[in-house]
Amino acid sequence: MVGDGVLEQLKREGRIVVVGASLAGLRAAETLRAMGFAGSLTMIGDEPCEPYDRPPLSKGVLLGRARAERTALPRLRSVDATWRLGVPATGLDMAAKRVRLADGDEVPYDRLLIATGVRARPWPREEEAELDGVFVLRTRDEAAALARRLDEGPHRVLVIGGGFAGSEVASACRERGIPVTVAERGAAPLVGALGGVVAAVAAGLQREHGVDLRCGVMVTALEGDASGRVRAAHLSDGSTVETDVVVVSLGALRNTEWLYGSGLGAGPRGIACDAGCRAFDIRGIVTDDIYAAGDVARCPHPLFGYQFLSLEHWGNAVAQAGIAAHNMVSESVDRLPHMDVPAFWSSQFGVNIKSVGVPSMGTEILISQGSLDSRRFVGVYGYQGRVIGAVSFDHGRWLPFYQELIERTAPFPPQFPTVDRHAGGQRPVDADFPDPSVPSHGPTVTLSGYSPADRRMTFTPAH
Amino acid sequence: MTPTLLHQILDYANRADPYPIYEELRKTPVHHETDGAYVISTYYEIRSLLHDPRISSDARNVASGNADPPAESAPEESALPPSFLRLDPPEHDRLRRMTNRHFGPPHSPHRVDGMRPELHDIVGGLIDGLGDPGRIDLVEEFSYPFPVTVICRLLGVPREDEARFHTWADTLAASLDPDPDADPAERGKDAHEARMALGMYLAGLIEERRKNPGDDMLSQLATAKGQDGPMTTMELLSTAALLLIAGHETTVNLISNGMLTLLRHPEVLQRLRTEPRLAVPIVEELLRFEPPVQLLPGRTALADIEVRGVTIPEGSALWLVLASGNRDPQRFENPDRFDPDRPDIQHLGLGSGIHSCFGAPVARLEAQLALAELARRLENPRLLDDPPEYRQNAVLRGPRHLRIACDGIRP
Repeated sequence: MVGDGVLEQLKREGRIVVVGASLAGLRAAETLRAMGFAGSLTMIGDEPCEPYDRPPLSKGVLLGRARAERTALPRLRSVDATWRLGVPATGLDMAAKRVRLADGDEVPYDRLLIATGVRARPWPREEEAELDGVFVLRTRDEAAALARRLDEGPHRVLVIGGGFAGSEVASACRERGIPVTVAERGAAPLVGALGGVVAAVAAGLQREHGVDLRCGVMVTALEGDASGRVRAAHLSDGSTVETDVVVVSLGALRNTEWLYGSGLGAGPRGIACDAGCRAFDIRGIVTDDIYAAGDVARCPHPLFGYQFLSLEHWGNAVAQAGIAAHNMVSESVDRLPHMDVPAFWSSQFGVNIKSVGVPSMGTEILISQGSLDSRRFVGVYGYQGRVIGAVSFDHGRWLPFYQELIERTAPFPPQFPTVDRHAGGQRPVDADFPDPSVPSHGPTVTLSGYSPADRRMTFTPAH
Repeated sequence: MTPTLLHQILDYANRADPYPIYEELRKTPVHHETDGAYVISTYYEIRSLLHDPRISSDARNVASGNADPPAESAPEESALPPSFLRLDPPEHDRLRRMTNRHFGPPHSPHRVDGMRPELHDIVGGLIDGLGDPGRIDLVEEFSYPFPVTVICRLLGVPREDEARFHTWADTLAASLDPDPDADPAERGKDAHEARMALGMYLAGLIEERRKNPGDDMLSQLATAKGQDGPMTTMELLSTAALLLIAGHETTVNLISNGMLTLLRHPEVLQRLRTEPRLAVPIVEELLRFEPPVQLLPGRTALADIEVRGVTIPEGSALWLVLASGNRDPQRFENPDRFDPDRPDIQHLGLGSGIHSCFGAPVARLEAQLALAELARRLENPRLLDDPPEYRQNAVLRGPRHLRIACDGIRP
């Protein structure tokens, strides 16, 4: 068969280029080699360092327990690649099958994997963002710089945005005894990801740990002193927070700008791809040589109405990279769908938070085990009469059960008794999610409709 | 009449090789015998039920009439309360959390790893002390004394008291075995007396530790003032008894089963001799291939639960046959092959969910060090009896004696 011959030739002497040298890119490269790909492999990354692990950056690194430079990802196998590190990709020529680099080079490919991920959303006013003491947290260098500043013992840290990353930063500061203010536009921290019922628990946790938590407010301006160091932040309620370190934690931007004009279905919401990780072009036609994986990808999920789902989750990056790599060197009938149920974890204020499914799609919540008061519980989210997500506070070992409920679209509310069911867990209540059209800290799971070519969404900063 | 599959599992005649019975059992993944427990034998179903909050481990939920180990099911005024092994949340969580505070991360991250040099010395000493290399009983001379010494050091129990608590521990371990032919009243009485005696012994020890605390776990548990407050004396006694028994009854079998399996697979033993790092995957594969806890007999359904199309009625007793799930061909390729190079050994040997083995980090470390050192130091070791003589217990399964010979002991 002709097709067999082409695939065999690709595996033997083809050229595969991976743009994005982080978790998804590395795991994809390893899978390609494990699948017997013997051709040339080029890894392109805008950061000058080898692939590293990000979860420790907002936890151990800020606590001074781990060094940012020592977070390199363990290698599962040799990838024997040409590494082009510190050189961002700047363009894609789909017809000529070439990736353009910032240094003017062009790299030809037979198969391309895009895993360029996301970057921290910067503070929208450039001159304020450039003040000394204003940080974002996404990369190793950013974490190292922030950790150094925390070592100096600032008088107060202001965290703008009470999402998971912002809350973890606040937690690290409190653990180090540094006064911290969290300014959150929503009603409580984590409200965008988990809804108001659970967010109220997170708010209690923060206050109990001494966080000066300000909700329902926006930061309107950052003010610097004569030497260009940040000294205060002005809030929409008219108050002022004197601070010498500001951490801007307003979610992430997808690294897709380099693809604009290429004809690929890439936009602010990510790169649309099919369940097999093949990218769509802007006409909604699936390409056969360009794949996407990790935070930058958005793909339809059968469990969630086939809406495109984008996930900023560690586990998703690993799983999707594996599927993409597998499919890049497989016949169409051997391709696998990426159907992992979303899952993530966070560690803050001594509590382990885990979630499965898409809680933010839920309209109701039932506390099925434990209690909100004890801050040890499982909350189940319901959407149109079925279980759609679950969250646990220090109850993570139960989540596989709830994942199964989500996978088999079990009815909501669940009718059965469980161990440790409290009076408050007898009836579901409104999960109390904010209006999704109002951007706050940005949940890390986003449903983004059915159109593969959506370029229309714009983010309007809160001013 | 053909004996039922449950009787066959418990029948001592099948102790050396229960795996053909498990294979038979898996043909009916949810197996029920009249008036008996529902027996679950396939990997994915066991794993699901281990995370299912509709399943209780609390002995007090066991409906009367179900065959169940009586060890902790009949608490009396004077008896110890159930340990966290036989409790549900929130009591379970509280006690396990308080115990873990002095054992593992986040509060005691270095406890287990810090014991590495000490464990190494204990292993070395025991191997130095092996008698006639032509006739070694590895259980008596090595796999029993090693974990007992370790758990005594960890807890702060004097090693020389081993003779006293050994009998009680054996009786209690035996009571976990759901032997349908034994008189439950008689066994319950024996177990009750053993728990009482062990409790009294530990009470004296704890009193002593309160006065002169050391850096052992008993001292720390007895003097703790964490966010959950202190344990009551009765809770402390139950917990200490649980750790003392579980801390060695299972690891003995892991090490004995391990050496037995390696001697049956000399090519793997040879690799371990030159590559001590192979001990890590070998121990994981052992936990799959010959798990020291074969089945979990003490769980109850709190609701009607559907598993593979069978409704298990509320109140039913469940047996989760971990050792069978570990050999499920739906999950593991060539499940009856011992292969430490498997790419993905996600076994059920240490359980899963909230009751997953508390002492797993110690057990793993003990078995890794023990097997690596035995492989390195025993010259040309070989089995004298195959199969060896097994202990009676079908749940905590392992050899009573493991007679081996070797040409000498390397330094």
